Amino acid sequence: MSRPLIEARDVRVTFDIRRPSDLPWTPPAQLHAVNGVSFSLEPGQTLGIVGESGCGKSTLARALIRMLPASGQVIWEDGTDLLTLSPRQMLKYRSQIQMIFQDPLASLNPRMTVGDIIAEPLRTHRPGMSSKERKEKVRSVMERVGLLPNQINRYPHEFSGGQCQRIGIARALVVEPKLLICDEPVSALDVSIQAQVIGLLEELRRDLGLTIIFIAHDLSVVKHLSDEVMVLYLGRMMEKACSDELFADPRHPYTQALLSAVPIPDPKIEKTKQVIPLEGDLPSPMAPPKGCVFRTRCPKTQAVCETVPEDRLRGDHHTACHLADQGVEA
Amino acid sequence: MALLDVKDLSVRFDTPEGEIHAVNGVSFSLEKGETLGIVGESGSGKSQLNFALLGLLARNGRTTGQAMFDGKNLLSISERELNKIRANRIAMVFQDPMTSLNPYMRISDQMAEVIMLHKGLSKRAAIAESVAMLDAVKIPDAKNRVRLYPHEFSGGMRQRVMIAMSLLCHPEILIADEPTTALDVTVQAQIMELLSELQREFGMATILITHDLGVVAGFCERAIVMYGGRIMEEAPVDPLFETPTHPYTRGLLDAIPRVDEEQEALRAIPGNPPNMTGAPKGCPFAPRCGFADERCRIETPELLTFGEDRARACFRPIEEVAA
Repeated sequence: MSRPLIEARDVRVTFDIRRPSDLPWTPPAQLHAVNGVSFSLEPGQTLGIVGESGCGKSTLARALIRMLPASGQVIWEDGTDLLTLSPRQMLKYRSQIQMIFQDPLASLNPRMTVGDIIAEPLRTHRPGMSSKERKEKVRSVMERVGLLPNQINRYPHEFSGGQCQRIGIARALVVEPKLLICDEPVSALDVSIQAQVIGLLEELRRDLGLTIIFIAHDLSVVKHLSDEVMVLYLGRMMEKACSDELFADPRHPYTQALLSAVPIPDPKIEKTKQVIPLEGDLPSPMAPPKGCVFRTRCPKTQAVCETVPEDRLRGDHHTACHLADQGVEA
Repeated sequence: MALLDVKDLSVRFDTPEGEIHAVNGVSFSLEKGETLGIVGESGSGKSQLNFALLGLLARNGRTTGQAMFDGKNLLSISERELNKIRANRIAMVFQDPMTSLNPYMRISDQMAEVIMLHKGLSKRAAIAESVAMLDAVKIPDAKNRVRLYPHEFSGGMRQRVMIAMSLLCHPEILIADEPTTALDVTVQAQIMELLSELQREFGMATILITHDLGVVAGFCERAIVMYGGRIMEEAPVDPLFETPTHPYTRGLLDAIPRVDEEQEALRAIPGNPPNMTGAPKGCPFAPRCGFADERCRIETPELLTFGEDRARACFRPIEEVAA
């Protein structure tokens, strides 16, 4: 087995929350947005992270690149723990980890031309580059993501959503990163455009050997792109397995419910399939349930669920559920 | 006779950049108790079409054509007459439950307002009715929670409040505009299940506007596929998904990633969404269509019926597209 490109060990992100009713000396309440998540990702692999809003998937991504303070360890392939580096030391790694964001237009500066937007990371990370080289590089990467090089002097508002996402991808790729973190990159796009961007990401992964962390709430998109999938709920990992196995044989009741809720574009299947109903809403992350955090909505909950389930492992299939051993079948 | 009969409806907007042709000559009808899906991507005109029906267009919008409901043309009657129909006989549920509820008003007051206006009930009776409706949409502890403000509810619960509010007057038609797009999948499943139940219980006709073909497959009996302000195809859902006869419908179905099957690569529809400025020429889908030829770019194909209950707007023969 090759050495992982990035390995997260027990990553935690905690926010201090002050409520309006607090007195100045009241200690702030703590919100555990990401609560002890670990994974390791080998070069060239794609890890999908899924979960509903508030599960901590975006927070986790932001913690990995230190946009948010986190505890635990994030080990890069050379053995460095990214979470202990000073901002200056971190700069070296930033060009190897790039990110693309959900809202394609909002993540581009409206007052910069496309050429300047894509060149900006080069100015930061390759200060020695001549402006001619830089321009050449920008043109070639634009072509790579399916933009026309003659669009280099246009502004973001002149492009459609799908094209803006291509600009975002070009900006991320221009510094030749090893790891690309995609935070809901296609959820703002229409189906026909979404398929174009997914196709582009697949092509880039194949041609450039990119390692990708792909965050989405849409399970079908994640299934399509990922080698391995991790399911989060209230900041905790519920299940992690290779993509084929997770979708064919989900073992955690939450994953099963999530999968059953995805609408399938086929009336024959859709009108007869059984949706596993989840009662109620997501509990407040300020006061998550004791024990298994999913137990308040779990259709299979038992007395044992009031204790924290440990991670059960069968092969490479992780399941954080007490009942996983008893063969919880859907 | 159809409950709602829309003929040759067009919507245009005057903007500084020119005239936007958002909806172009759309005709369809809705039967009593029927569930109709209107599917399309952003800019297909699906929302504007329904805004036009209820007189909710932005001020720079103009409507032509007719929409007959109970012997009246919704597009030409006075605001006063329209107000007797809106919320009372045709109600709408909007996409974003946060921005469609008044944040300054208690749920009880917002809901009571509707019934007091249309049914002339006292406030006390109106609130009692509201609580009953909140019970019907399965909001736990409705009796006490009716006193709360919108921000005290979660997204899914707010959408339930919206649905309850729209059903207060037992409308004959419910128009749901992307009712679950802002919600998580598990909550979406709850809301769609609730809508199905209520639809059966109250027997109202429902128009579901959505971009999600999966939701249409589960909820609707018949669907209309729109692109560039026009109807591309219309059919009962079973044949529509099984043998789509329009290149756009086919392309859309091929572009959706599926959780339930293995797919090699997604077949994306090349190109970008259409620019709606200026008078449309030819088939709106022609620039992105693999089957298009010269004629498609010049002439606009009409929506022609075929078989028992299907219609399509395409010059290419069915066998060629469906093959």
